[in-house]
Amino acid sequence: MRFDVSIQTEDFDLSAEIASLRNGDKSVGAVCSFIGTVRDRNEGDDVSSLELEHYPGMTEASIYKMLDEARNRFDIQGAKVIHRIGLLMPLDQIVLVAVTSAHRGQSFQACEFLMDYLKTQAPFWKKEGIPEGHRWVDARVSDDQALQRWGIDAKNASHSI
Amino acid sequence: MKITVRYFASVREHIGLSQECIDTESVDLATLRNELINRGDNYSNGLSAGKAIRMAINQTVCDENTRLTENAEVAFFPPVTGG
Repeated sequence: MRFDVSIQTEDFDLSAEIASLRNGDKSVGAVCSFIGTVRDRNEGDDVSSLELEHYPGMTEASIYKMLDEARNRFDIQGAKVIHRIGLLMPLDQIVLVAVTSAHRGQSFQACEFLMDYLKTQAPFWKKEGIPEGHRWVDARVSDDQALQRWGIDAKNASHSI
Repeated sequence: MKITVRYFASVREHIGLSQECIDTESVDLATLRNELINRGDNYSNGLSAGKAIRMAINQTVCDENTRLTENAEVAFFPPVTGG
């Protein structure tokens, strides 16, 4: 069983991360991964850069908590979450979630669950460079709705709390 | 009581500080937020009542009625946007 979180400025290599996650375990029959990358458009504007800030300590703890929740819900054998911080450019990789399991269904579901959880519950903030300057990215109600599909009430984008 | 207050993202930029140690008589997060808002424009721009602000004590998200404790690490930040 391997469950690991890394918050880093450096880029990552999917093949190397998956090899490390599988770790020669012959019981693994499925590997599912998601990579989020920096787009050059958001809210109708050209985006030239993306800067990521986080809350050191709380970030790692909140993602380990998500991994525990994923292990409780799904029959998975390992998971790796990498989230980059600092200054990124369009095309750069931002986030990796990779999950292993015996059969594909559990790793597909756990991977999506972890991404939905990460979007609204981990203390990261994005600031994008646009032609007029810089702006903080707004939280999306659709991300809260994505987590609600899993029975978790998220109010991240709400103004009332 | 003495506490450490940390600010992140747009809240940090408005206030112009990433953290500070303060001596407060506020008993809970809501009172502390009001106390800070009354310090001046930079604080009220970052924390004013109409803004969606999340709060944490000792790195756990809490609601505004949560009581402060001696030496607590309190944080104020906007809704998160990672992933």
